[in-house]
Amino acid sequence: MSRISEQVERARGARDKRAALGDDLDLDSYTDRSRADITYREDPSTLPAETKRQMLETGITLDDLRQRAGTFVQVDNVVVHSSASQEGIEVLDIVTALEEHAWLEDYLWRAVSADTDKYTAKVAIEQSHGYFTRALPGSKARSPVQSCLYLATERLAQNVHNVIIAEEGSELHIITGCLVPRRTASGLHLGVSEFYVKKGARLTFTMVHNWGSETAVRPRTAAIVEEGGTFLSHYICMRPVRTLQMYPSATCAGKGAVAQFNSVLVAGPGSSMDVGARVVLAAEGARAEVVSRALSTGGRIVARGHIVGQVPEVKGHLECRGLILSDNGEILAIPELDGQVAGVDLSHEAAIGKLAEEELEYLMARGLSRDEATSAIIKGFISVDVAGLPPQLAEELQGAVALSDQEGL
Amino acid sequence: MGHSGHSTNSERGASMLEVRELNVEIDGRPLLHDINLRIDAGETHVLFGPNGSGKTSLLMAIMGFPRYKVVSGSIRYKGREITRLPLDERARLGIGVAFQRPPVVRGVSVRALAQALMKDRHDGLPLEEMAGRLNLEEFLERDLNRGFSGGELKRLELLQLMVQRPSLIFFDEPESGVDLSSISLVGQVMNELLHGDGARPQANAGLIITHTGFILDYVQADKAYCMIEGTLGCEGVPREILERIRHEGYQECVYVADKRAG
Repeated sequence: MSRISEQVERARGARDKRAALGDDLDLDSYTDRSRADITYREDPSTLPAETKRQMLETGITLDDLRQRAGTFVQVDNVVVHSSASQEGIEVLDIVTALEEHAWLEDYLWRAVSADTDKYTAKVAIEQSHGYFTRALPGSKARSPVQSCLYLATERLAQNVHNVIIAEEGSELHIITGCLVPRRTASGLHLGVSEFYVKKGARLTFTMVHNWGSETAVRPRTAAIVEEGGTFLSHYICMRPVRTLQMYPSATCAGKGAVAQFNSVLVAGPGSSMDVGARVVLAAEGARAEVVSRALSTGGRIVARGHIVGQVPEVKGHLECRGLILSDNGEILAIPELDGQVAGVDLSHEAAIGKLAEEELEYLMARGLSRDEATSAIIKGFISVDVAGLPPQLAEELQGAVALSDQEGL
Repeated sequence: MGHSGHSTNSERGASMLEVRELNVEIDGRPLLHDINLRIDAGETHVLFGPNGSGKTSLLMAIMGFPRYKVVSGSIRYKGREITRLPLDERARLGIGVAFQRPPVVRGVSVRALAQALMKDRHDGLPLEEMAGRLNLEEFLERDLNRGFSGGELKRLELLQLMVQRPSLIFFDEPESGVDLSSISLVGQVMNELLHGDGARPQANAGLIITHTGFILDYVQADKAYCMIEGTLGCEGVPREILERIRHEGYQECVYVADKRAG
């Protein structure tokens, strides 16, 4: 039996397996039938202008594909475009990629187990699309690869399975924009992403989520980082979402491997977000940093962080800062450190507070109005930590964040 | 948004600040009693007094910080009644303060604040030049007041005033924590804020709180007072008042002044 069919078999056994965290979702209440009248196209700039504008708010630009090393667009469960524009960078829909590369089977369901819960099981059992991106050994992407996952149909379950490989000594940046067309959209997004960062490679993953007030979201992400490799993840979710639960993890499996997660969460009334990041430090000299900014304007946020030190001479730090701006808001910070041997160096800091009146008044004493002072402080609080991002990408990202109206605020 | 309170250049001698029979309480506790004070355009006054006597509270009350509640009396700025105006409006009218202990404002850089204040402005020095004047050009990207030394904090307060360009300026202990090598720079910049430079003279008004009086070696002051337990007294020539406090103490100074007045 092939590796994949073995995994699918296991997934069948996990069909009804509740996830460890987050509200249990009734998968039968979602449809697989897309009503989006969209098919594959060579030129994705032919998508409707309004759709492209919404995509731009998540960092996806389709008008000039040469600005990106590669582009992948999926609407509901239909692949609408995939292409690469740089030598040494591959971008394919995952189904096609499996046909082209026999060896790819070995990467599927290796970082994430198919039987993790009912959501991974559904993605494994049903043939799911998603993107395959690879930087060949030594290749350095001059610009980011972009992938857009657009959930268009009400009550639709979008299944996505992504595999990203940064081969030895390569450099790859990926921007992923996930979005819905309407503020009240009600679909379900299931996204499995497996990252493989080989020896000395550097992979930066930036994801912007713009969901709707009735959308349910269950990403399942894991990364394996080999010797001297670096995995940087930036995650931004500032729009309403009914329920979002994700706990991406990275295993620093090789000497000196580095994993870093930054996330910015804004939860308005009715939004529930349970977002964490876990790093397992399994080799000498490995380092981890997990930083989150959680801002509640009436919603509930659980901000988790977990660093495991399995061997000596590893270092990890967790930082979680929360700001509650409404009486109905709620933030629960759960930082966990797990040192399993002597010689680990793990630390955390967590703080949840309110806007400091003293700081507001200080700015007002210079002439800013209360609203201007408030917005300056909040903007500072949620400003994306752009360290490690190439300058152009950082700038674009800030621009994308500025474009979206941050209606949670 | 128009942060343009600086724009009217006052005529020397015109009333800049006039405080009458001001009574202020904080958290229901009386703090300042029957304060009378007038500072004219072009003048700089000095406020002495022991710790906890209410000096900073007077600045905060005139500036309009909400915790400082005016129970009775009035505050006029350039002849306009401002007693009930909000803090930020007073700042926009042209009242500014260099704080003694400014708070850290995380996430808001020096540059971000300066840009917000200079948004609609088309004249004046570029920010880099102003920062250079205060040896702060390396600090523009830093969060406000975060990781600054005592002396750097004081200079950063002055930089913010240079950007804001107020006409009535309060300096709360501008020399504390400033090392000797930069105290003259602090003094020069204070002078420029108050009187402009040769090219563009200004007749602004200032009120300086100082413990040590060191700053008086660099800034020309016209009048001084001493505050004791929320009451203003001991009005006179700054140097003389300072000498008297040094030799006889604060209490005696006010006592002598009261006797003379009586």
